[in-house]
Amino acid sequence: MTKGFQQGFLTRLLLEDRAGKLLLSSVMAITVVVVLLNTLMPEGSPLHVSNYTVTLLGKYLCYGLLALALDLVWGYCGILSLGHGAFFALGGYAMGMYLMRQIGDRGVYGNPELPDFMVFLNWQELPWYWYGFDSFAVALVMVALVPGLLAFLFGWLAFRSRVTGVYLSIITQALTYALMLLFFQNDFGFGGNNGLTDFKDLLGFSLQSDRTRVVLLMASALALVLGYLVCRWLVSSRYGRVLMAVRDAESRVRFMGYRVEHYKLVAFTLSAVLAGIAGALYVPQVGIINPGEFSPINSIELVVWVAVGGRGTLYGAVIGAVVVNYGKTWFTGVMPDAWLFALGALFVITTLWLPKGLVGLYQQIVGVINEHRDQRNNRKTELVDHG
Amino acid sequence: MNQNLRRVVHNLPARFLLLLLLILSRPVLAVSPEDLKPLLSKSSWGQLEAVITSLAEEGSDSCQQILEHWLNGKLFVEKQHKRLVFAEKTPDKQYRIFDPFFTEGESKDTVSELGTVKKRALKKVRINNQLRSIIKTALATWDLKDSDPKTRINAIYASLKTLDSKTLSTLRNMRASEENQAVINALDMALALNLFQQGSISEQIEAVEVLTGSDNPFIRSVLADTLTTTENTALAQTITTALAEIDQRQQYYTVAENIFFGLSLGSVLLLSAIGLAITFGVMGVINMAHGEMMMLGAYTTFVIQSVFPELIDQSLFIAIPLAFLVAGAAGVLIERLVIRHLYGRPLETLLATFGISLILQQAVRTIFSPLNQEVATPGWMSGSWVINEALSLTWNRLYIVGFSLLVFMVLLLVMRYTRFGLNIRAVTQNRAMASSMGIPTGRVDALTFGLGSGIAGVAGVALSQLTNVGPNLGQNYIIDSFMVVVFGGVGNLWGTLVAAMGLGVVNKFLEPWVGAVVAKILVLVFIILFIQKRPRGLFALKGRAVEG
Repeated sequence: MTKGFQQGFLTRLLLEDRAGKLLLSSVMAITVVVVLLNTLMPEGSPLHVSNYTVTLLGKYLCYGLLALALDLVWGYCGILSLGHGAFFALGGYAMGMYLMRQIGDRGVYGNPELPDFMVFLNWQELPWYWYGFDSFAVALVMVALVPGLLAFLFGWLAFRSRVTGVYLSIITQALTYALMLLFFQNDFGFGGNNGLTDFKDLLGFSLQSDRTRVVLLMASALALVLGYLVCRWLVSSRYGRVLMAVRDAESRVRFMGYRVEHYKLVAFTLSAVLAGIAGALYVPQVGIINPGEFSPINSIELVVWVAVGGRGTLYGAVIGAVVVNYGKTWFTGVMPDAWLFALGALFVITTLWLPKGLVGLYQQIVGVINEHRDQRNNRKTELVDHG
Repeated sequence: MNQNLRRVVHNLPARFLLLLLLILSRPVLAVSPEDLKPLLSKSSWGQLEAVITSLAEEGSDSCQQILEHWLNGKLFVEKQHKRLVFAEKTPDKQYRIFDPFFTEGESKDTVSELGTVKKRALKKVRINNQLRSIIKTALATWDLKDSDPKTRINAIYASLKTLDSKTLSTLRNMRASEENQAVINALDMALALNLFQQGSISEQIEAVEVLTGSDNPFIRSVLADTLTTTENTALAQTITTALAEIDQRQQYYTVAENIFFGLSLGSVLLLSAIGLAITFGVMGVINMAHGEMMMLGAYTTFVIQSVFPELIDQSLFIAIPLAFLVAGAAGVLIERLVIRHLYGRPLETLLATFGISLILQQAVRTIFSPLNQEVATPGWMSGSWVINEALSLTWNRLYIVGFSLLVFMVLLLVMRYTRFGLNIRAVTQNRAMASSMGIPTGRVDALTFGLGSGIAGVAGVALSQLTNVGPNLGQNYIIDSFMVVVFGGVGNLWGTLVAAMGLGVVNKFLEPWVGAVVAKILVLVFIILFIQKRPRGLFALKGRAVEG
């Protein structure tokens, strides 16, 4: 019965969302195909998909989840956060800390108690905030809790005092900048400049092995799908409609008696948790987390993914993240110097001519074609009528 | 020798004769050639030390030259003629050699060149660390006779640690004939210190009274050391009061220094934020490319200096107007091409201008290089203004404080008293009304944005003197600039001034406690919290203008 309910629920959820259905099924299909081709096809076969591609795809999916998180607050609530990279990085650090503890005595210094960088700094014992990260469960809780708590506190302060629009964007940027400076500090206890790296294994499985990479890719795809469903459910609920009303006319909603700041706070916190999960999945796949992830430019780049894809659609954000990052991979391979030109131009072009992003462009094209067809049909009917 | 020779020198044949003489024979010094002999052949360190002492006793300028060159590793023996020479490496790996002996009273620069030789023909006169320090002490006695009072004062303070009877008698003689008050004070300190170290208890107490007025760290440490060893209570008490007084003065200096550093940081913030106060504050455009406008200004300085390498001292005066034009033109262009289409959509402007900033950064990387460029500091900006032993302020920071205030005043006057300023204010306050009164709002927008960007360019020239000039120059300042403008209150130039200086000073006072980075983080957190309390900044505009 539960299964029936779930199916019904899902169908209802995605009934109106054709593009979402398409996106989710293609994410799952591509993941399955890539996984099969990677594991079943022998190396050297033209159909074999390399480990590099598996990891790359996993990375893109994490970015997609991150973009989804931003779209929830920007597209549906009008909060342009320029600090979402911070939540991503915090989730990543939480996972990184667990992975560091898993190294045990296999580090360069072979100290079973302390990670290498602490030995290097002559620390005698583990700082209290590292306690508990030996356990995967604790790490998972922290992945969601730390970004969520920060977002909750920050949002509670900001929304309560009605900091909106540009001011909010600027202070979120200041937030991630401050965190970056903090994490760059060597004595802050998170590896300073170098961050956390040299991970060995996750839950006992080596991170270097092909199978772990495949599993991580599948986990990323699953997280993206679940994240999408949660966001879709949220925005199509009554709560979501109030959220959009806040985006469009905040004062009016407030005058109608809604506690606007509560609505914003829920969306902002949830979004931060999703970003944290994306970061946690990202770190084991790329094998490093360092303070560079906090840099404001990363967060702004993330905004452009969403803008390019088309904000306020959820699926657009995911598409944008994948497209822009594919472009980045391509450019850095072929002509690395041109990437920033391209990215810069993308910012300008999107804002000037594609306010609704690629999704909007597609809809526009489809609209034009339909209009033509309608006109032709009308003419035909007219002809028939007259004939 | 030199006095006698000088008379002959004035006619040319005699000059030739002198040259011949110099080449053929050892010149006659008051220091006998015998004394210098150890330099020419292999000799022990002890012998070399004796040479230094005799050169120092002789005291002529020639001797000073020889010691200086010896210290700098430029004193050689030419093997063929067995004579002392100064040698300088030429670009083609040869050595130009000079005669070390010159006529007393003639300028040091007129040493006669003896030709060019290969490296093989020369042998360096030996030196080790011990000799180096002996030479340095010996050279200090020349400084005591220098014509510049500052050098004399420094030499006096340098001699404090080695007050022997000979130095003391020199200092006493100096005291009798010295006319400069600052030098007299320094001499009094030195003599009082000697009295304190050598004299009876009552003399010591007397000396402490004088020493209380000194800010020299060595004098303070001598006083502190004596305090721990002395058994005389009266003396101990005097020293304790003296130390307290010195320490209090030191504290004042530290505070003064912190305020100065704070103001200097504040003026950098002011310079970088003031252009933004126009584009963001007055026009409401979130210009993320603002930092890159500063970068353009800094690179303009670099280009000017590379094109006119001989005009380093004047380069800034050329660069300032040019940077204003370059960055201003870029600003007008950006406004016309991009921002014009985005008025009323602030978040989109943010993204578009950020894109522009990426393009500009990469353009600079492609045209120049991804590395930092070397920008020279003009001579008149280097060095520092020494107020006393404990407090000295560097000129470049002082100039930048002055310059930022100047830019601020000029901008304020432009906004208040010119037609252009009036137009800007009219358009920002009520666009529709301004337009119907015949003000070309489009052109005013473009020029306003150009003005803000131009000022950013000028700020870039100033920054090129303080930080590295590289593609990331702008990025490092953009967040700070936004913080300053938002903290001060958007649309309020005075607010920007107060915020910049305030944040600068607070930052510098926090730094000694928690370190530079944490201080910065604390300031950021403070601003984030402050904005919660007063979302429109310190000096918020009130009334209708806010709603528009």
